[in-house]
Amino acid sequence: MEFELSEEQRAFRDVLRRFADERIAPVARDWELSGRHPTEIVDGLAELGLFGILVPEEYGGLALDAVSYGIVFEEISRAWMGIAGFLGTHSLATNLLTRFGTDEQRRAHLPDLAAGRRISALGLTEPGAGSDLQGITTRAVRDGDAYVLNGVKTWLTNAAIAEPIVVLVVTDPTAEPRHRGLSLLLVDAGLDGVEISGDIPKLGYHGTSSHEVAFTDVRVPATALLGGEEGLGFKQAVSALEIGRVNIAARSVGLARASYDAAVAYATQREAFGHPIAEFQAIQLKLADMATELQAGRLMWHWAAAAMDAGGRSDLQTGMAKLYCSEMALRASLTALRVHGGYGFSQEFEVERYYRDAPLMAIGEGTSDILRIVIARRLIAGEALS
Amino acid sequence: MKVLVPVKRVPDTAGEKKIDPNDRTVDRESVESVLCPVNEFAIEEAMRLKEQQDAEVTVLLVGPESAQPVVRKALSYGLDAGVQVVDDAVVGSDALGTAEVLAKALAAEEFDLVIFGNQSTDARTCLVPAAVAEILGLPALTYARHLEIDGDQITVHREHEEGWDVVESSLPAVVSVVEAINEPRYPSFKGIMAAKSKPLEVRSLDDLDVDTSRVGSDNAAAIMYEFRDRPPKEPGTIVEDDGSGAAATQLADWLVEKKFV
Repeated sequence: MEFELSEEQRAFRDVLRRFADERIAPVARDWELSGRHPTEIVDGLAELGLFGILVPEEYGGLALDAVSYGIVFEEISRAWMGIAGFLGTHSLATNLLTRFGTDEQRRAHLPDLAAGRRISALGLTEPGAGSDLQGITTRAVRDGDAYVLNGVKTWLTNAAIAEPIVVLVVTDPTAEPRHRGLSLLLVDAGLDGVEISGDIPKLGYHGTSSHEVAFTDVRVPATALLGGEEGLGFKQAVSALEIGRVNIAARSVGLARASYDAAVAYATQREAFGHPIAEFQAIQLKLADMATELQAGRLMWHWAAAAMDAGGRSDLQTGMAKLYCSEMALRASLTALRVHGGYGFSQEFEVERYYRDAPLMAIGEGTSDILRIVIARRLIAGEALS
Repeated sequence: MKVLVPVKRVPDTAGEKKIDPNDRTVDRESVESVLCPVNEFAIEEAMRLKEQQDAEVTVLLVGPESAQPVVRKALSYGLDAGVQVVDDAVVGSDALGTAEVLAKALAAEEFDLVIFGNQSTDARTCLVPAAVAEILGLPALTYARHLEIDGDQITVHREHEEGWDVVESSLPAVVSVVEAINEPRYPSFKGIMAAKSKPLEVRSLDDLDVDTSRVGSDNAAAIMYEFRDRPPKEPGTIVEDDGSGAAATQLADWLVEKKFV
């Protein structure tokens, strides 16, 4: 049994780890609390080539395997999970274009997106529809050589600067089942009738902006229909976004590692009753559980990513990895905060940020309960765990 | 223009290094091996020449087959090709023996400029660049904190305790650079992926016509008779401020005593 990364994967990890230690970690707390845009970090990630992480090499991308892809998100999130957000969304939008775009759409968008000259966003969730994605109401009506778009999308990462935004819309409200009436449109945020809100105030996940986007009679050229065929949007989204679960699982492990490292460092340095608190069993039990769950989570996302790389269906594996790792990160961040006692509640230490960032892991890219249902359906359908 | 960058595999600079009592060389098992961090400044300078003057850059490493990842690491910064000298007879060479091998390996290549790091983070002798230049009969421009090429002329700012001297020579020449010279880039993911397929030639001492009576531990001019662990760190002095201002005087006296001011 092999548990080793390849030489290339280790090289990716080493560069990212160093970049995160040198360029992200030292500024994360100040920039996160002050709301400063992480411009220099974004530029650095573009120089590393990470905007093209899932883009084919012929369009200037890296076309990384799922394990290497996860490594990027784990290492960035160990320093600052929020930073991983803009890259995650961008990578998923480029994956949609790569997998389902027409040749013309790929040529028009992917070279710029891979080089970081442009960034992309995804508009799936609506104020009234998240987990029930087929219940969206944003409508696109064909009118000559254009679609006329009306509706509201929310929680769009990158939207303010995105070109294009990949938007899930209803093209046929009468279709049965409903998903056959859904399509994806590549929408330029600069079109008339597109209104983008300011950054949505939120608990954590700072450093990446989140927006609500309203479309009022927006005329989108018909050539912007992803893949050129109506009714495929839901399937395209579900398929291309599955790697997003690896992304979140790996981010969760990065966040848990940061929590664990902070807890160990604090416990060995902080003294109480004349001893470092790491000598007390109450602390040792916490550290042991954190480390054990962390390692289990790491193995699980590697396993799920390897299953994706092997080809074939892998939603059981990615669902389990996302469910386990995100819940594990929540526990790890709270435990790290507890190990820090009063200081854990202070913004002078990093752990309060981990605690604010962790809940998103169990919500975004499929809530834990939605994933439990995905997993259960596969199990009931007879999929064996081996 | 052709540039050669000799690099070295060293024990992780941040790790606790140990000497193997059997052969009195660095114990490579106890700590991870990495590309010497000082070499990154030499690589960056070579990459700048590649980008500005279309220089062709080759990395050179003397070391066992297991050191190949270090050559690939150097290539991942964007260098063009690699040469690795692999030979058991090299084991235990001192700075002079290493310089002999490097000089022969360099002489086997065409080059206009050799860019060294000024020292390695393990031995830190700073001897090799000058020794190589001497053996090759080329100008040595060491401790460069700034480097400019104009036609077949090179100008460097040679760093010393009181500032720097401006030193010029014709090419070909041997340069060693200090860390003040630039800010090394990170290898890009594309660079890492491309490094696998960059040409890498392996040479033996025989291929290079090296006189083996001048290399290896038996022929080293520097001999290690004894070694011991680093003494434990002494606790620092704590100066307490009682409000009278005596602490400031005490601090000032200490700075003077240690010749910091």
